[in-house]
Amino acid sequence: MNSHPGELIIEAGRSQRQYWRDLWRYRELFYFLAWRDILVRYKQTAIGMIWALIRPFLTMVVFTVVFGSLAKLPSQGVPYPILVFSAMLPWQFFANSLSECSNSLISNANLVSKVYFPRLVVPTSAVIVSFVDFMISGIILIGLMAWYNFIPSWRILTLPLFVAIAFMAAMGAGLWLAALNVKYRDFRYVVPFIIQFGLYISPVGFSSSIVPPEWRLLYSLNPMVGVIDGFRWAILGGEAQLDWSGFGLSFGLVTLLFISGVRYFRAYERTFADVI
Amino acid sequence: MSNVLVQVENLSKKYTLGQQQQERYQSLRDVMAKQVRKLGQTFLRPKHSATPAKEDFWALRDVSFEIQQGDRVGIIGRNGAGKSTLLKILSRITEPTQGQIRIRGRVASLLEVGTGFHPELTGRENIFLNGAILGMGKAEIHRKFDEIVAFAEVEKFLDTPVKRYSSGMYVRLAFAVAAHLEPEILIVDEVLAVGDAQFQQKCLGKMQDVGQAGKTVLFVSHNMGSISTLCNQGIYLKQGQVVYTGSIHDTIKTYMMAFQRGESQAPGVLFKRELCSSKLDAFQILEVALHDQNLELKPVTQTWDFVRIRIHFYSPRPISHSSVELAISTYAGNKLIQYSTQPLSGIPLSFAEGEAYIDCVIPKLPLASGSYQISVGLAMPMIEWLCWEENIATLEVGEADVYRSKLPPHQDRTPVVVEHRWECPGQKPLTHESVYTFGY
Repeated sequence: MNSHPGELIIEAGRSQRQYWRDLWRYRELFYFLAWRDILVRYKQTAIGMIWALIRPFLTMVVFTVVFGSLAKLPSQGVPYPILVFSAMLPWQFFANSLSECSNSLISNANLVSKVYFPRLVVPTSAVIVSFVDFMISGIILIGLMAWYNFIPSWRILTLPLFVAIAFMAAMGAGLWLAALNVKYRDFRYVVPFIIQFGLYISPVGFSSSIVPPEWRLLYSLNPMVGVIDGFRWAILGGEAQLDWSGFGLSFGLVTLLFISGVRYFRAYERTFADVI
Repeated sequence: MSNVLVQVENLSKKYTLGQQQQERYQSLRDVMAKQVRKLGQTFLRPKHSATPAKEDFWALRDVSFEIQQGDRVGIIGRNGAGKSTLLKILSRITEPTQGQIRIRGRVASLLEVGTGFHPELTGRENIFLNGAILGMGKAEIHRKFDEIVAFAEVEKFLDTPVKRYSSGMYVRLAFAVAAHLEPEILIVDEVLAVGDAQFQQKCLGKMQDVGQAGKTVLFVSHNMGSISTLCNQGIYLKQGQVVYTGSIHDTIKTYMMAFQRGESQAPGVLFKRELCSSKLDAFQILEVALHDQNLELKPVTQTWDFVRIRIHFYSPRPISHSSVELAISTYAGNKLIQYSTQPLSGIPLSFAEGEAYIDCVIPKLPLASGSYQISVGLAMPMIEWLCWEENIATLEVGEADVYRSKLPPHQDRTPVVVEHRWECPGQKPLTHESVYTFGY
């Protein structure tokens, strides 16, 4: 049998050349899995999608009261709720993605052990679901801006770039955790901790300008610092400053996280069905 | 060979026991503890590798075969023979440890009915979801939607969450989606074991259509009936190795022979129980054998032969009102004969404690040439079964030209062979020599 254009060769340890082509062929599955999760989430709930608005809104209120009114932290010249919410958006996106993503393979174990498709589809769909929530919460931000008569500058046009970085950060960390979780279920307990811990060490309730300059670079080792600062820079405009060296460091780490995440996932993907 | 669609060469798959069986996933603590222990051992006993070697288990070992385009291949073997592992590797769910597979064409596999169905979603939503998971595009699903719904017979419940479906409806819908995939190679694992008989028949019919359309089908089942109707080729796996490949008929025969008799049995003995322990404590059939008129073992049986089927059985306690039952069915599972001493023959029996035998004499065996399954049971008639051993023995019936037409009756044409004759109006029975013309 000579080699044939449409021929598929299955062998041990072969990194499948057709993997990316398959990923393209299964592109609709991204959509269907995300659609399923969104559909299922609000089945048999009375207020449905409104939950996606209530949760970030209430958190924003609490943060504004605690950090803005009680602790009286500086607000970079913008209404404190907007300051909080412009960070809340990427953080919620990251946190939701991380928890959904890390559990995605386990909760779809029946699929993984019974059907073939590029496994990257599963965690990616989980991130897409969180992205939909992110878009919905974006409505609150627009509402807040209207309420405070806040007009963003031209910088808001760069926002998609920072959204993309947030996406990469969420995917990178998510893929690592998803793959590790298949093998070591310990990560089920690690993830909630990372998220809780991360909320405090990321500049969500406050501006990163309160961090002393000599610590800024160290602070930027947290990849979400760059993402959140970027969001604030784009949304708030005006006085919001972006520490470019810190941002560069965060961005570099996000890229590294993303690439290593994909590679690690790809390397272990083939054994998922045996281990899960 | 240009029409080889699947070529499997020296395929092996190894699982490491412990990883597979006790706990499928590891916890980080175990891994760290193991590393520390290993480290300790290298310090304490550097030359001695004391870690207990993990036990390797080869689910498949050097499996090679080829599948031609249009072949419908049945894979048979006992549980744990590696059938499912083979299908999993072929459908790319898991990777082989060694060896190579070349596949030409789009593969769709159906290893489980309803994979990816979500109970909260409606029937309609699940059709789309399941279709996408199995590799169909949205447009393709739209195109086949009505056909799928009609096949599954769930029109009225399309907008009901499937968690409220009866299990029959659920299975029907799930199979319907999968059945409308249009791959070049369809891989199906034991999925017909579910659903009612009518639907199973429908599924089989659908799969036969797929086969007749020149598609290649790989099918695993324990139901020899559906395998023999559906497939033309067979692969018999035993402990991860290919024992036999060939036509499905011969494969099934080989499998049944190996399955029913321990390797060496006297010809004429159809079934003999391998006794693990000398202690018997339940009602059971010990042996089924064929004898002839002279009470000798009968190695070859033909249509219309005299047969004496001797059934040895064991009764652990005396039973005053009891009976023996004997059934003969085709491989497809169609029962042809079921006789009993009581109630059918009206013979009152009582068992004493211990071993005994009874003969069922059939003076003129009314079976055409082919293979049949024998089932034997003990019962308290109309009250309860004491034991029922389904398909414990295979009865091979050889050809005999009983109608002297040079066309010995075969199972596929007519399994039941009875004496009969044809008569025309106003004529004596027709013979080979008589010529009769209808009309004036």
